[in-house]
Amino acid sequence: MSKWSLITKGFIKENPTFVLVLGMCPTLAVTTSAMNGLEMGLATMFVLLLSNIVISLISPIVPDKVHIPGYIVVIATFVTVLQLLMQAFVPAVYEELGLFIPLIVVNCIVLGRAEAFAGSHGAGESALDGIGIGLGFTVSLTLIGIVREALGSGAVFGWKFISGDGILAFIMAPGAFLVLGYLMVLFNKLAKK
Amino acid sequence: MEYFLIIVSAIFVNNIVLAQFLGICPFLGVSNRLSTAVGMSGAVCFVITLATVVTFLINHYLLVPLNLTFLQTISFILVIAALVQMVEIVLKKAAPALYQALGIFLPLITTNCAVLGVAITVVSKEFAFGGAASHLMNLGEATVYALATSLGYALAMILFAGIREHLAQSDVPKPFKGLPIALITVGIMAMAFLGFSGIV
Repeated sequence: MSKWSLITKGFIKENPTFVLVLGMCPTLAVTTSAMNGLEMGLATMFVLLLSNIVISLISPIVPDKVHIPGYIVVIATFVTVLQLLMQAFVPAVYEELGLFIPLIVVNCIVLGRAEAFAGSHGAGESALDGIGIGLGFTVSLTLIGIVREALGSGAVFGWKFISGDGILAFIMAPGAFLVLGYLMVLFNKLAKK
Repeated sequence: MEYFLIIVSAIFVNNIVLAQFLGICPFLGVSNRLSTAVGMSGAVCFVITLATVVTFLINHYLLVPLNLTFLQTISFILVIAALVQMVEIVLKKAAPALYQALGIFLPLITTNCAVLGVAITVVSKEFAFGGAASHLMNLGEATVYALATSLGYALAMILFAGIREHLAQSDVPKPFKGLPIALITVGIMAMAFLGFSGIV
């Protein structure tokens, strides 16, 4: 696989949200606005990139029987690093995303890539894989965020294009499921062509 | 009275799946059949309650006195993984029938974010009581919260599995088949649960 396709596969072919359907919890929970989706995507990409690199380096020396706990400790370490960095430099974002930053530990995308890719590839390729899948995740989250923010509060990235309120339900829980469901329909329709 | 409020709020108003978006993967993954949904809910109830009590004690008596609360995420996930493994071993010996019934669901619970989510929620002031906490939860409140939350999980899961069994037999347009229609159904369920908001 060429280096370029390692990065681009996350957008369509192996899109973590619409095709692999992984990491649903943050996808639904934090996408109340485009900005939140973007920030969550980047936070996940940070952990994914670093854990992919480290796991690809240590996987030859980790005994097979304990490789999953081993990977989880690596991932949890980077999540803790991310938590401390965010608390120090962007406390407002950290508060906004709340519980879902520590929950990156159990995001199946991260462990999934460790298991399916980083454990059996070199550090360079794993880094590119982390960037590719991370970007795909970020784009999907931002997209869902844009749709929900546009319908729910009549704005995109905080820029309001209608006065007054939008359809509030789209910012609340039901909107998350509905928007993701319909976007998946759209994705299926377009991808099948 | 306070316990009653926690219970109603955790089961209906802030339902863990339909309002807090935790544990979505198994919620969508194993809700195809009612019987598997019941098995999974049972296993999740058990593990969430047990894990919350254990991590609460570890946090209270180990991490806080030693000023190591930044290790919460790492230590909690390890404790949960170990607990799940232990529950598996104990069940296998003590209740083989139950172990058989739960099957593959038990090991999968480690990566169910509902477990870690509840464990982190009850020990942090920012998240407990929907963010409006005046004090940290004590052990009793944490246990009741964990139990009620997992009952809410079971409720959502079993209701959804019931609907999904009917969905499987209905004629759904092709692009909607599978997950999209399931997600839209959950969306409508979540809308129904919004009706509970404001009662607590």
